[in-house]
Amino acid sequence: MAPMKLYGATVSWNVTRCVVALEEAGAEYQIVPIDFATAEHKSPDHLARNPFGQVPAFQDGDLHLWESRAICKYVARKHKPDLLREGNLKESAMMEVCLEVEANQYTAALNPILYQCLVSPMFGGTTDQKVVEENLEKLKKVLEVYEARLAKHKYLAGDFLSLADLNHVSVTLCLLATPHASVFDAYPHVKAWWDGLMARPSVQKVAALMKPSA
Amino acid sequence: MAMKVYGPAMSTNVARVLVCLEEVGAEYEVVPVDMTTGEHKSPAHDARNPFGQVPAFQDGDLILYESRAISKYILRKGGSDLLRESNLAESAMVDVWLEVESGHFSSTMSPIIFQCLVVPFLGGETDTKIVQENLEKLKTALGVYEARLSRFKYLAGDFVSLADISHFPAAYYLLGGSHASVLDAYPHVKAWLAEVMDRPSVRKVVELMKLPSA
Repeated sequence: MAPMKLYGATVSWNVTRCVVALEEAGAEYQIVPIDFATAEHKSPDHLARNPFGQVPAFQDGDLHLWESRAICKYVARKHKPDLLREGNLKESAMMEVCLEVEANQYTAALNPILYQCLVSPMFGGTTDQKVVEENLEKLKKVLEVYEARLAKHKYLAGDFLSLADLNHVSVTLCLLATPHASVFDAYPHVKAWWDGLMARPSVQKVAALMKPSA
Repeated sequence: MAMKVYGPAMSTNVARVLVCLEEVGAEYEVVPVDMTTGEHKSPAHDARNPFGQVPAFQDGDLILYESRAISKYILRKGGSDLLRESNLAESAMVDVWLEVESGHFSSTMSPIIFQCLVVPFLGGETDTKIVQENLEKLKTALGVYEARLSRFKYLAGDFVSLADISHFPAAYYLLGGSHASVLDAYPHVKAWLAEVMDRPSVRKVVELMKLPSA
């Protein structure tokens, strides 16, 4: 059976969010690079895969998906449904809450920080420190909530690893490449949770993938 | 014991949850949270939603927040087929279009609703620049929707799903506001929305949204 295809560049934390899920699920996949420099993401071929002209896009046989979190869910459902706990009403509910919080609170605060510190300089722009500071404050509020949660449970959704934990990995790896990684230091349970995730072979593999090539 | 939803029905995120309760015919009560007096930031509400937002939700000793997570719990518990979780490809398409609803539709409608309805209500002046910027983003999204709905009856395929229904709260405000004519250029979107708004569950919740206490 043909491997699953993930379209996009590994510099994108939305693309690597899916790589984490694919690695954890033990799925066979290949990454098909999409070249932003030549506007390949706006080409008719790519728009047929992702009508918003974004990455990632994904293909499994004749199923075409886009939106990283939808792709991650599909991969988990197909290959490692234990990450979703859909057979258990309460556990799956907590997992869904944590998935939403990752998107709407955690990554919502991190995105502008990563953009200012990593993306803008890549295109010759400057880092807007005011935007960074404002969003670091928002991030700290999220980390306070996580600290309280992780003081009671091993993982975010409960005492089981779920897709909610994994969906945090790609953006957090990018945070490590900014001057603001130390924001975790004030939250020991969050730090321990993150260290645990970092030790996973899937996360190590993605970290290596995200390093800019020599 | 009836499920409890904390928050005003006229909040788009609260309304989303209410329509799912109506879809499964669950017994529920809406517990008001007076946001004009900051009740959503009170310790009592913080215990239900640590981000100080609405809705929060309670079913027995299970407390949830994030409207899309609550919605999924309600639909799963009620045995609804609006998530298509017994079918890998169909459930994936539902997830894709839920992400699109959140990331492309509701995210552009939120600032428009805030500027056109909330700001004047609080005695301020609508920032027309923000409204125009977001109307342009909305039109881009509507173009994608039009292409999709020209090929399929509903967003995830030829079956109605949570992806369609999740649009109704923002659509309610768009249809009732001064920018409804933006839909005229997208006839399939307009027809699809009319059908969604005509669902008995949606009609019931619209009545709740119109109440002065909402």
